[in-house]
Amino acid sequence: MSAWEHFLRTFFNAEVMAKYLPDILRGTVVTVELAALIVVSGIGAGLLLALIRSLAIRPVNWLIIFVVDLFRSLPPLVIIVLVYFGLPSTGISASAFVSTWLSLALVLMAFAEEIFWAGITSVARGQWEAARSTGLSFGQTLIHVVLPQALRLTVAPLTNRTIAITKGTALGTVVALHEILGMASSAVSNSYNPSPLMMGAAAYLVLFLPVVVAARWIESRFAWKR
Amino acid sequence: MTSTVAEPIVVARGIHKHFGHLHVLKGVDLEVVERELVFVIGPSGSGKSTLLRCLNRLEEPNSGSITVAGIDMLSPRTDINHARQHIGMVFQSFNLYPHMTALGNVTLALRKVVGKSRAEADKLAHAALERVGLADRAGHRPAELSGGQQQRVAIARAIALEPRVMLFDEPTSALDPELVGSVLAVMRSLRESGMTMIVVSHEMGFARAAADRVVFMDNGLIVEQGPPAQIFEQPAHERTRAFIGQIRQH
Ligand SMILES: Nc1ncnc2c1ncn2[C@@H]1O[C@H](COP(=O)(O)OP(=O)(O)OP(=O)(O)O)[C@@H](O)[C@H]1O
Ligand SMILES: [Mg+2]
Repeated sequence: MSAWEHFLRTFFNAEVMAKYLPDILRGTVVTVELAALIVVSGIGAGLLLALIRSLAIRPVNWLIIFVVDLFRSLPPLVIIVLVYFGLPSTGISASAFVSTWLSLALVLMAFAEEIFWAGITSVARGQWEAARSTGLSFGQTLIHVVLPQALRLTVAPLTNRTIAITKGTALGTVVALHEILGMASSAVSNSYNPSPLMMGAAAYLVLFLPVVVAARWIESRFAWKR
Repeated sequence: MTSTVAEPIVVARGIHKHFGHLHVLKGVDLEVVERELVFVIGPSGSGKSTLLRCLNRLEEPNSGSITVAGIDMLSPRTDINHARQHIGMVFQSFNLYPHMTALGNVTLALRKVVGKSRAEADKLAHAALERVGLADRAGHRPAELSGGQQQRVAIARAIALEPRVMLFDEPTSALDPELVGSVLAVMRSLRESGMTMIVVSHEMGFARAAADRVVFMDNGLIVEQGPPAQIFEQPAHERTRAFIGQIRQH
């Protein structure tokens, strides 16, 4: 047997791959669901916090800044472990899926809030004044005048951050979440063969490469249209 | 002016404004009658912009009273967003919404504040753009317009709401000299249509030709006021004389 054949048999073993393909696919479904939930809830919550922060209520803003800084400084892995193993001692218990979702959504929320906030504050004061002078309310000014300008600036950093955090779904393996990586690594230990890991890598590529390419396109589109 | 009954439309009394320790307005009284064009001049930092911005409550005065078109601007019971419809404001830096077309800039408040339908708002906005000579630029973004055109769109945005009074804060100061004329021409035609206007500006020629009254402010107070000829040719106060002499040289 040549070295090449040996390599193929080890890393791309057809039998093993066929056997564990359904597991990897199930893991992929879990990853996709989890990523979608994280993106929607994390970005939604981040935007909401930024909007609340723009109301400039001091004690509320201190709280927001504290929460945001907390989740930006803790490693996501630590948060997942804390939520999964720590919450039950308070009487609430969360599944591996919910723990991972909650943790990563909180992290994305924190970063998204900062990005949205930076966008909102970068809009010139004159925009607020012009809009308010025509009788638009604070909320109308925010929605129709300030946010559209702020969002344009947030697209690039937000897409990058979102990709980085959704890739963190792989951290769910530490709490035995059956997402792609979890499925692949248990298949590896059951089959004594690394092929499932290659399938897992392929699944990540199929999922994230289009997103990364799309992000690049979005970034270049929003960069010079001003 | 030769107009018939002079109804005061803006009445500001005893306006004080502090920014922290800085006492910027020190008891300003200003009364403007309908169809009057009042020109406000004064050295940098004398409080001209702050006074204008108090009139539509972009700045909150610390004390005093302000009535515009019969509305008590400082009463907590006044719906300030509703009141501001009656007070148009034009800024030195135009402040057009960069993400909207000229038409969008003008229709936004018509739709969201006045509650016009899109079709009605478009019609009124086109008419306003027509008045400032920019009917053919309705579909352009601010970035595609010259400074003079941008400022005229900003004027259209304000007049589309049919305000009772217009405030101009150095509307031509940010413009290249060759673009100033187009904006002044629009202001003059507004004036001829009977609009009440309070204008902060250094355009003496325009003041001479169009103003009913010139108000000289210094250090947070109105030092003197009167017809343009009097203020420019025979100012009563030394400070006014010094200021007029200074801007003449430019
Ligand atoms: N938001 C603010 N916070 C603190 N100080 C302010 C603020 N706005 C204005 N000031 C100060 O108030 C004073 C009067 O300012 P204002 O803009 O009314 O002057 P102005 O007469 O319009 O001057 P200019 O001709 O330069 O426009 C200045 O000393 C200015 O620095
Ligand atoms: Mg000023």
